[in-house]
Amino acid sequence: MQTNFTPEQLRDPDIKVSNQVLRTCVHCGFCTATCPTFVLLGDELDSPRGRIYLIKDMLESGRAASEEVVLHVDRCLSCLSCMTTCPSGVHYMHLVDHARTYIENTYRRPWHERALRGLLAQVLPRPKLFRLALIGARFARPLRGLVPRRGMFGKRLAAMLAMAPVKLPPSAIERPASHPASGPRRQRVALLAGCAQQVLDPAINQATIRLLTRLGVEVVVAEGAGCCGALTHHMGHHAAAMAAARANIAAWSREIEGEGLDAVIINASGCGTTVKDYGFMFRAEPEPWRSRAARIAERALDISEFLTRLDYRPSRPPPGIKVAYHAACSLQHGQQITAAPKALLRTAGFAVVEPREGHLCCGSAGTYNLLQPDIATRLQARKLANIAATGAELIAAGNIGCLTQLAGGELPVAHTVQLLDWMAGGPAPPGITQKSVITQK
Amino acid sequence: MIELPPPKPETLAARPRLIAGLRALVPEDGVIAEALCLKPYETDGLAAYRQVPLAVVLPETTEQVAAVLRFCHENGVRVVPRGAGTSLSGGALPLADAVVVGLMRMNRILDINYADRYAVVQAGVTNIGITDAVRERGFFYAPDPSSQLACMIGGNVNMNSGGAHCLKYGVTANNLLGLRIVTIAGEILEIGGTHLDAAGYDWLGLLTGSEGQLAIVTEITVRILRGPEGARAMLAAFRANEVAGACVDAIIASGIIPVALEFMDRPAIHACEAFAHAGYPLDAEAMLIIEVEGSAAEQDDLLGRIRAICERFDPISLKVSQSAEESAAIWKGRKGAFGAVGRISPDYLCMDGTIPTSRLPEVLRRIGEMSESYGLKVANIFHAGDGNLHPLIMFDANDPESFHSAETFGADILKLCVEVGGCLTGEHGVGVEKRDLMPVQFNARELDQQRRIKTAFDPDWLLNTAKVFPLKPDIAHAA
Repeated sequence: MQTNFTPEQLRDPDIKVSNQVLRTCVHCGFCTATCPTFVLLGDELDSPRGRIYLIKDMLESGRAASEEVVLHVDRCLSCLSCMTTCPSGVHYMHLVDHARTYIENTYRRPWHERALRGLLAQVLPRPKLFRLALIGARFARPLRGLVPRRGMFGKRLAAMLAMAPVKLPPSAIERPASHPASGPRRQRVALLAGCAQQVLDPAINQATIRLLTRLGVEVVVAEGAGCCGALTHHMGHHAAAMAAARANIAAWSREIEGEGLDAVIINASGCGTTVKDYGFMFRAEPEPWRSRAARIAERALDISEFLTRLDYRPSRPPPGIKVAYHAACSLQHGQQITAAPKALLRTAGFAVVEPREGHLCCGSAGTYNLLQPDIATRLQARKLANIAATGAELIAAGNIGCLTQLAGGELPVAHTVQLLDWMAGGPAPPGITQKSVITQK
Repeated sequence: MIELPPPKPETLAARPRLIAGLRALVPEDGVIAEALCLKPYETDGLAAYRQVPLAVVLPETTEQVAAVLRFCHENGVRVVPRGAGTSLSGGALPLADAVVVGLMRMNRILDINYADRYAVVQAGVTNIGITDAVRERGFFYAPDPSSQLACMIGGNVNMNSGGAHCLKYGVTANNLLGLRIVTIAGEILEIGGTHLDAAGYDWLGLLTGSEGQLAIVTEITVRILRGPEGARAMLAAFRANEVAGACVDAIIASGIIPVALEFMDRPAIHACEAFAHAGYPLDAEAMLIIEVEGSAAEQDDLLGRIRAICERFDPISLKVSQSAEESAAIWKGRKGAFGAVGRISPDYLCMDGTIPTSRLPEVLRRIGEMSESYGLKVANIFHAGDGNLHPLIMFDANDPESFHSAETFGADILKLCVEVGGCLTGEHGVGVEKRDLMPVQFNARELDQQRRIKTAFDPDWLLNTAKVFPLKPDIAHAA
């Protein structure tokens, strides 16, 4: 596609990348068809092609972001379904990430938006603070009736209260530690313990560590590693995202240079997409950060990818449970991992079914369900209906955001790794027993 | 840049009033009027031509479409219908004084009748959306344009779209039973029905392929067919374009009609393989995708006979797909072919001429010669069995010189198609792209006949004007 940047604009490294992305697009429109917001809203402006055009115009003009551009870019889930569909190989993720940063730098949001985004950016990446906030939200839940139902502010508040689990799991934040392999050590990996996930569902990390150590892998939760930076990155808070990423890169680089690391394991796929992009995020940083970031990105693996390289075998008899595998967008589109989780679940003895419209996002999308509750709720309902139609007894997914979004419906939810751990001798995921599932039949 | 008729000053002057009037006819967010938001609507799949419209309206029902058209008619405002905006001939290119009527929100399937094998759908349902809705019961909607994932059935009707599998099943026109249309005066009419062939004149035939110039189609009754027992694709790789072309001619001449017979040349093979990882032969100059269907015995028999024909042309390799996944990848590559060319060139013009299949080798050779003399690369991807060519001329839109050469080169290819006994457009429509070449195909009287049909439906020439017919006499006509 034609672009109109001046030579001076093109000297900006971010513009240079965006120009390359834009020039790859041939405006064929395939992406519109698989974009969740275009499917729901039926407006070119809420499609990837429309957003690409809006972003192109914004960047070319060099003007501050306008209210309209912000509206339509904010509605993008960053699910990256468009990237799976695009025949030309347009790197939409890098373009929209650039646009989000550009918006934050040039557009002043209304005060309540700034307050909410600021709050989310401060609280979610900090497990202790987030846990306190959830306890607060739990006490506020009975007051939900008082929240105004009209207007974005009320809807967002309601969405936040609804997200707070009725029963908060006991605090089990992973401390920096090394979990030795049982038996001879075959590999040594770092686990991204994450931020929000370990507050919402600490059992996921516990299952991951149990499963990996049982398979002869030493698992390190590195000192100084924390949030991957995705949360703030997707809000366009560039500096905060870089700081979070830098802390992780430093922590894991120390491990690589120390006892060595075969991989950095991520069990929340939303985070995995970002960690795998560290090389790009640090492309213009001075050394040694640039090479360190690239080295971390190369070693980053989703837990399901890593497990296919090990000899995973169940030790329990097949449970006879029909599992609907929900493909998290960050896994299927962001990282193009589609077969591994299903194959592992089948190896573990589950009957795996796939809901229709599997390519469409469930509406979680990081903080999207809090910032865009209307669209998120419609996508959630659509997803749950498609899952229900499969007749499955349980939902499995590889991302905490999706698990939170899909929980609370008819079916129990579990992280893929929890089910694999269960069948390999670990405890049943909380709230799921073979018996309870069978009784539901 | 393509020449467009001068906007009517009175329409531009009345813009605020017109927009307020439109806002009263559709739901709140259904009128787009901010300059910034109109920009993404300035073009379609032919991004080289652009024009920001006066406004965009997104109606949700046939009645709303009727109200919008009535309003535009009363105010003498031009209208450009739009579906998914995937047209490669600029069929949805706006005009500065036109209201774009986007049908994307009309995306519901209204009725499916398996006993009588039809489905009633709104114009904004995607082509693949119809098949998706009936797939579980073993049915499908046959015409399959490469953009079937995204393109909408309303647009398919207006362009009489084809596709890879139309060799066996026919194009859109052969798979329609009825239409609900809205005239420019805002009248809602029903054409045809849910059964084969309507009484009286063949209005359905007239409206199919009318490029949004006669009416806006809002609902379509399509035939759905039961899927075959099975299908298998074969990849045949050859040492030269002309050899593959001669092989196509030999297959067709033998009396075999495969369900699909597709051609790709070297640049296309490489671009598509990078996207689809389908195992295309990267050492070949040209490749044919030949698909047969039916029972296993039928498939074996046909593939055996086709293999024997291919072997006469010294193929580099002949490979039959071994699984459903492999076949899916083969078609993913072919159907993503135009977009995939974006990997090797920032821009392309996609031609769409038809020729008698017996002239394939000669035409391919002459396109190759033109490519050399214009200094522009070409990727050839097309429905070879139908003789429907899609040479993609690669250029760089950031270089005006290169775009101009590409346009001229494209025109030369289409003139060649007409010269050898073919036609300017197989399935993409004339649109704005081939408008000025119409006199190559038709003489003045023939063109005037066609204009009279347009005038009968749309006396003021408000509907998708500036397309299909050369501009100059067109304006005279409207005046």
